[in-house]
This record gives sequence, C-alpha cells and structure tokens, in this order.
Amino acid sequence: MDHPFAITLDVGSSRANKTGSWRTERPLYVHNQPPCNRACPAGEDVRTWLYDAEEGGDAYERAWRRIMEVNPFPAVMGRVCYHPCETGCNRGQLDEAVGINSVERFLGDEAIRCGWQVTVDQPSSGLRVLVVGAGPSGLSAAYQLARLGHEVTIIEAAAKPGGMMRYGIPEYRLPREVLDAEIQRILDLGVHLQLGTTVTDLDATMREGRYDAAFLAVGAQLGRRAHLPAGTASHVVDAVALLHHLGEGDRPMLGRRVAIYGGGNTAVDAARTAKRLGAEESVVVYRRTRERMPAHDAEVREAEEEGVRFTWLSSITQVEEGSLTIERMELDETGFPQPTGVTEQLPADSLVLALGQDSDLRFLDGVSGIEVDHGVVTVDEQMMTGRPGVFAGGDMVPDQRSATVGIGHGRRAALGVDAWLHGRTTAQPDDAAPAEFEALNTWYFADAPRAHRPLLEAVRRSSTFDEVVQSLDADSALYEARRCMSCGNCLSCDNCFGVCPDNAIIKTGDPDTPYLIDLDYCKGCGLCAAECPAGAIRMAPEDI
Amino acid sequence: MTDLKLYQVGTFAAGNRLVDLELRSVQAHADRANSITSGHRACQGCGEALGARYVLDAAMRAAGGDVVVANATGCLEVFSTPYPESSWQVAWLHSLFGNAPAVAAGMAAGLRALGRETRVVGQGGDGGTVDIGFGCLSGMFERNDDVLYVCYDNQGYMNTGVQRSGATPPAARTANTAPLGPEPGNAFGQGKSAPLIAMAHEIPYVATATVADLRDLERKVEKAMSIRGARYLHVLVPCPLGWAAASSDTIRLARLATESGIFPVFEAEYGEVTAATPIRRPVPVDEYLRLQGRFAHLFGKHARPDLVARIQAAADRNIVRFGLVEAEPRTGS
Ligand SMILES: Cc1cc2nc3c(=O)[nH]c(=O)nc-3n(C[C@H](O)[C@H](O)[C@H](O)COP(=O)(O)OP(=O)(O)OC[C@H]3O[C@@H](n4cnc5c(N)ncnc54)[C@H](O)[C@@H]3O)c2cc1C
Ligand SMILES: Cc1ncc(C[n+]2csc(CCOP(=O)(O)OP(=O)(O)O)c2C)c(N)n1
Ligand code: SF4
Ligand code: SF4
Ligand code: SF4
Ligand SMILES: [Mg+2]
Repeated sequence: MDHPFAITLDVGSSRANKTGSWRTERPLYVHNQPPCNRACPAGEDVRTWLYDAEEGGDAYERAWRRIMEVNPFPAVMGRVCYHPCETGCNRGQLDEAVGINSVERFLGDEAIRCGWQVTVDQPSSGLRVLVVGAGPSGLSAAYQLARLGHEVTIIEAAAKPGGMMRYGIPEYRLPREVLDAEIQRILDLGVHLQLGTTVTDLDATMREGRYDAAFLAVGAQLGRRAHLPAGTASHVVDAVALLHHLGEGDRPMLGRRVAIYGGGNTAVDAARTAKRLGAEESVVVYRRTRERMPAHDAEVREAEEEGVRFTWLSSITQVEEGSLTIERMELDETGFPQPTGVTEQLPADSLVLALGQDSDLRFLDGVSGIEVDHGVVTVDEQMMTGRPGVFAGGDMVPDQRSATVGIGHGRRAALGVDAWLHGRTTAQPDDAAPAEFEALNTWYFADAPRAHRPLLEAVRRSSTFDEVVQSLDADSALYEARRCMSCGNCLSCDNCFGVCPDNAIIKTGDPDTPYLIDLDYCKGCGLCAAECPAGAIRMAPEDI
Repeated sequence: MTDLKLYQVGTFAAGNRLVDLELRSVQAHADRANSITSGHRACQGCGEALGARYVLDAAMRAAGGDVVVANATGCLEVFSTPYPESSWQVAWLHSLFGNAPAVAAGMAAGLRALGRETRVVGQGGDGGTVDIGFGCLSGMFERNDDVLYVCYDNQGYMNTGVQRSGATPPAARTANTAPLGPEPGNAFGQGKSAPLIAMAHEIPYVATATVADLRDLERKVEKAMSIRGARYLHVLVPCPLGWAAASSDTIRLARLATESGIFPVFEAEYGEVTAATPIRRPVPVDEYLRLQGRFAHLFGKHARPDLVARIQAAADRNIVRFGLVEAEPRTGS
C-alpha cells in the first residue's frame, strides 16, 4: 500500500473503541412538570406557551393557541387571575418570578387586536348539553364542549353573560370590551346563549330541552349577612349587590363616608369602588390583621395608594345612622380574633358587607342523587355530581373560589361530560415528576430583572373606572417571556451537545427530539446533566 | 422588534435557539470539526479532552481547516492514540514530553519555507509546558515563532499517576506531595505562573481561559489565530481523577476556580494585561476546595482553616491584582 512520506502504518479511528461500555449511569432527557404548570388551576402548559412566545412575531399566535387549548380567556385571566403560577415559579428563587400573567395578557390582547379565532374541528355529535350559568366556569365548559362537537345551550339568569367577571370584578381591573371580546369568541363557535332566564327546576329544564347531559355553574351569588343590631335609618348594603348594580351600569349612592366590613378581595374591590363613586372616606373594617387578610397583597397596596383606609383587629357591633360601633379585637394563640370590650365610634354614612357569598341551590330541590354539603355540591374527579350525566363546577363546588379555578373545572367537566356521553372514562392526568429548582443550573441564565406592568397615575385611579394595571409593551413582554428558565424541559441551548467530552450527543435537527445520546460512546460522566441549564437531563443507573 | 438584548441563556450556554447561527459557539454547530472524536480513552468527564476539542475546533474554524498540531506526551496524547486508533481529526503529530514547542516552531518554519499558509498549534499538559518543555517554550517565545501554543493545565502529571508539577496548587495532595505533617500536600510559595512568564517575553498575545467559559475560550482562540507570531493560551482543565472529584463536576470546578479568584482569566498583549473577566457570582475558596478529594485534608476532623485562609488570601490577591471585581460583571445578554 502506498503511504505518504515518512508514514509506514495505517491509522484507524478511535470510533472503533466503544467507550459506552464504561458507563454505569446513562443520561435521559426528561419532561418534568414545572411548578408554574403544576400551580395553574386552569391547567395551562405555561412553560410551553412561554417557549413559543419567546420567539416573538409569528410565534405569538402559536403561544396563544396553546393557551386556548385549555383556557378561552387569556386576556381576561391576564388581568384578573391571582396567578398562583407566579407564586410557584422557580425563577422567584433566583431573582423574581417570571411575569407569566403579564405575558398571558399581552398574548390575549394581541389575539383581540389581530382578530384570531378558534374553530370546531370535531364532527357534530348530535348530542345536546345544557350549561346553567354563563360565568367563567360555565363559559369554559361550553367552549370545550362546543369544540368537542356537542350542541351547547347556556341558560343564564342575568341580562349579560360573564357571571362575576361582569357583575363582581370592577371595570378598573377588567375593561368590559376585553371581556366581551373573549365571550363573543366562544359564542361564535355556535354556542346558544339564553339570557334573562333563571333555571328554577333542573329536571324540568332538562326534560323540556331534551338535554343529554348538563353542567351546572351557578356560582355563589348570595351575599352573606351578619347579624348586626341596626337602626332602621341605617344604610347597609352587601358588596355583591353593590357590584352587581355597578355591572348593570348603575352608580349606587353610598354617601361621603363608607365603611366596608370584611377582609377578602371583594371587600377591597368594594372599597376601591366606593372611592370611585365619590366617597371621601372609604374604610375597610377587618377583624384580624393585615397578614391574615385573605385579600391579595397587590390589591391591598393598590387600594392604599388610592386612599382606602384599613382598620385591623376591629369588629362592628352596632350600626346607627351616620355611625358604627367598633370593638377592638386581639388574636388569641390560635390566631382567632377575640373581643376586648374596648369600643369606639366610626362615622359612616353607609356600611357595605363583604363577608362572603353562598350559592343559591334552590333549583336543585328535589333533583335526585345530588348531594349538598356545607352549601356546596359534591362532585367526583370528573366534576360529576351524584346524578349521572349532571356535572358541576366553579364557586358552587368545594374548592378555592376564583375565575381560574372555575375555568379549570369547566374544562375538566367538559372532558368528563364528553367521556360520559360516549360511555368512556377520561384519560388520567399525566403525573410527570416535578421540575425542582435544585435541578436547574442557573449560572447559564442571563441576568434579567423582572419587567413590571406600569400603573395608571393615582389621580385618575380614585375618580375613574379606567384600567389601573397597564399592559407591558411588546418589547417588555418578549423580554419577560425570555426570563423563563424552561424548568425540567429542554430549551435547545446546545449546552449538552457542547460540553460532552466524548461527542456522545447527536443533534438531530428535529424540534421534538432535538438531541439523542450516542450510547456507543457515552461514558456516563454526567456533565451534560450537570450543565443543562433547564434540568432537562437526568442520570439513571444502568442495569449492571 | 427593536434591539432587545436578552436571549434567555444569553451568551452563557453553547448555543441559543433565539439567535442567529453565527452568534452561537463553534461547539453548538453540528458540523464542528470534532478535532478529537469519540472513542478516546480519557476518563469520564475529562476536562482536557473537552478543552482540546474546544480549542482545536475553534482554531480549525478560524483557519478554514488548514491547521497542523504538535502534541507533547501526556494524557492528551496517550488517551487519544493507542495504536492503531487515533481520535484526531486534524493533522496531528506526536512529539516528546519536553519538546512540543520546538517541534511546533520547526513545523512553522518548514511550512513557511514551503510557502504554505497552514497554521501551527503546539499543545501539551502543564508538566510538558511549565516544567520539562519550558526551555523550548521560552525559545519559541523569544524567537516569536508563528505558533499558537496551548497548555492544558490540569495541575499535575496526571498521565503517570498524579505527580506534582510546577502548576500544582499549594496544599494539593498528589502522589508525591502527601497530606502529612505541618504543611500537608504541596508546599506554599513554590510553582510558577506560566502566563505571567510568557508575558515577560512580550509576545503578541497571552491569555488564560477555562472549560467553564466556552464563549470566552473560543473568542480567545479566534483572536490568537488572527495574530502572527508567538501566542500562548493557558487553559484550566479540571481532572476528575487527579483532583479526586466527581466526573460531573469538571465544568463546575472550573467555574468555581474563576468565581473564587483562584484562577484569574485575563488576556495580555505585548506584556500588558488588556482585559480580565470579572467575577459574576463571587464565592469563597471553600466552595471550590471542598469538592476535591485532593484538598480533603483541609476539612473534616483535622481541618486546617489556616491553610484555607492562605489559599483565600492568594485568591484575594488575584482579585485585586487583575481587577476581577472592578469591572462590570457580564450579564450574558
Ligand atoms: C368582587 C369579586 C371580585 C373577584 N375578583 C376575582 C379576581 O380578581 N380573580 C379571580 O380569579 N376571581 C375573582 N373573583 C371570584 C370569581 O369571580 C368567581 O370565583 C368566579 O366568577 C366563579 O365562577 P362561576 O362560573 O362558578 O360563577 P359566577 O361567575 O358566579 O357565574 C354564575 C352565573 O350563573 C348565573 N346563575 C346563577 N343561578 C342561576 C340559575 N338558577 N339559572 C340561570 N343562571 C344562574 C349567574 O347569574 C351567573 O352569571 C371575584 C369575585 C368577586 C365577587
Ligand atoms: C522525558 C520524559 N520523562 C518522563 C516521561 C513520562 N511522562 C509521560 S507523560 C508525563 C506527565 C505528563 O504530565 P502533563 O504534561 O501535565 O500532562 P497530563 O498527563 O497531566 O495531561 C510523564 C512524566 C516521558 N514521557 N518523557
Ligand atoms: S421559570 Fe418558566 S418554567 Fe420555570 S417555573 Fe417559572 S415560568 Fe415555569
Ligand atoms: S443542555 Fe440545553 S440543549 Fe441540552 S437538554 Fe439541557 S436545555 Fe436542552
Ligand atoms: S456528557 Fe457525554 S459522556 Fe458524559 S454523560 Fe453526557 S453524554 Fe455521556
Ligand atoms: Mg497535567
């Protein structure tokens, strides 16, 4: 054989030496469940839609469609959701949580601006489903059921759809054009909506409408009353009624000095509303301390900025015209407020009670199989009540009460209804391992302090119902999306491919499985796993 | 979109799907040269194998693939070329333990005589470079031969069983610096900094780098390849075997070495330091030392906080001397 000058031996490649046989552990690409996804009551795949959104431009629509798979209200939720996803977000342990909610809002607004629509891709089933109540839960179920090919009719007592999104949440937090646009998109799927009709006898309604199944989502409309000794001339209203009137376009008269009794979000909304209706003084009276207040911190802060006052550790014992008697409380060891006997007077022209709501379940009287416990309807995993084919969700079932929870219930129930109608059971939810913060290699993430949404200037906040929290601009929304660390899922950074000392990782070019481990050569050193920013690689012992 | 600068993993990871292909590292490219390919017999997690691929792939890209390499004896040579196998996908020549710089200089002279544009890289371990090959290296610098010489510093003679070299750090246990007596491990105050000595030759370019900062390493190789004359690159390459560390910690250790100030990353031209990589997330030297069995005798039952303090003092001196905290740290965007 001819060899070049000074070469006498042939060389072979070291690829003949399969060093994979050294391995005692092998790397595996994982798809773990990020805490944002785990925390989202609507069941959003937050990590994945952020991943889409990070590309910007055309990818926004992809991101939006991914949200729409589970939640038909991105623009609404991007405003009013209490965003437990952000509370769970791993980035909170690095600097500050990703502004998931503000990106969601950005995408929702883009969709409205660009007129993106959804379609029904299933053939018609010919089956009829009744939805009682057009709140977030009922609308969510109707949306999913329509997309599954069923004929859906919503019967709603109020004059307009939206439930507490319209008759509870004030406009300064949720502009009605946004709500209307997202509801209209659902109705455009062919959902029938019958307004101004109260269902009083479920059996009769189902029989007359020849419905094959039903989803009940009547919410909790009845404001809880306190037994307060009150003079006849005193002006006491409940917060849900007040906000309901407002939702109908009225401007209720409350007077110059307004007291609000309660510590939840409804109390804060009522207090901020009172300010906007012209009250000079708007005072929240609450029996416990600020730390124990169920209302969300940001809302309390915003209320304070608008001039709402809070009196903690106070209970109302007497209501007279123009004044309230307040008793100071103190917390016992268990954190329960106990009376001290010390009282004082608080001048007030009206008192707004925000002590919680109950569900009006009279329309279920005599409906066999349905079980009511502590004022709410018992349901199983699929959201089915004790009556086969009748499902329920939202505020009327035992769970946390929020629009997002209601949307999640609506979707789960829709899948349950669909399965029940077809005589199937629903698929088990996936039980991927949690994507822990400790599994990330945060060195690799660029330093990026959070971008916060700007607020409307204070003067306009206490006199108008203009939206307080503003949108992120396009650049900041993209930036916020890119702060996501893609916990537990590959973000295609090529770092594993780069750091393997044995070239044992293959780049496939296929976005679904971008990398493969070449087990002929992988020695199992674990560098790829240790240096994966996203914690998307796990080392698993070999059977040896 | 305007000039949005943040790209998630920014410039810290090898690649980034959000930026143009050209802005990603050489290592992120599926068609990289893979100068040292699979099947080599380096230990699991070998920093030297990784460092050599990082350097040579970048050099290959910078020189359009027209590169020859002279390699000193050491792990890098032994694990890559047991006859009849070779891992090298570059033109590669094995020289002796002590003469790689001279062989590389000769190759450069020969190629020049032939009128060839081929670029020459010489490379070796820290033993081959700072100890036995040092005379040849100094001569190569002095003559300003047109060679990029790269030292892969794993801080010991690893190939022959982890003996001490002039680059072994104080207090480290090696086969011949036992962790016994009042000053266990390698002695303080001995050893040398080859990059500083290289600078004293006032050659066009001297730089240090580590396997923990790929972008910085590649940029330095590219810069070195754009210069003619003698250039020296000193790359810290942790050795799981010799350092008694987990194979998955190789890059982490290199990162801690720089973030603690123990290994200053800088570059110099004609004898003057021109840039230093600022510390981004400062850590005490403990965090670096504790991951390595070769420093185990400084901790535990017969802990030697006094010696750890001396190591910390040396790191602090580097921080002041090279201005490692003065400059704005990188944000990755
Ligand atoms: C003031 C206020 C502020 C809130 N702010 C937020 C917030 O910021 N974020 C958040 O996530 N959640 C918030 N919530 C909670 C959230 O609005 C509710 O949890 C959610 O709306 C419940 O949804 P739902 O579909 O179960 O019921 P609802 O929204 O209450 O809708 C039920 C619907 O059923 C109709 N209905 C009732 N009975 C009948 C009947 N017999 N026949 C026909 N129709 C009937 C009602 O008219 C209503 O439209 C707030 C609640 C209030 C009161
Ligand atoms: C003249 C000579 N003396 C001793 C040796 C044995 N020898 C081979 S490699 C080596 C140590 C190499 O150390 P280093 O250069 O740091 O490379 P590493 O193996 O650590 O990568 C020694 C002592 C030799 N080959 N030639
Ligand atoms: S960083 Fe991203 S994936 Fe991780 S929890 Fe936060 S939003 Fe979810
Ligand atoms: S290192 Fe990067 S490319 Fe590799 S699995 Fe992790 S995120 Fe994906
Ligand atoms: S870095 Fe390479 S050799 Fe090490 S475990 Fe990962 S694939 Fe295997
Ligand atoms: Mg060495």
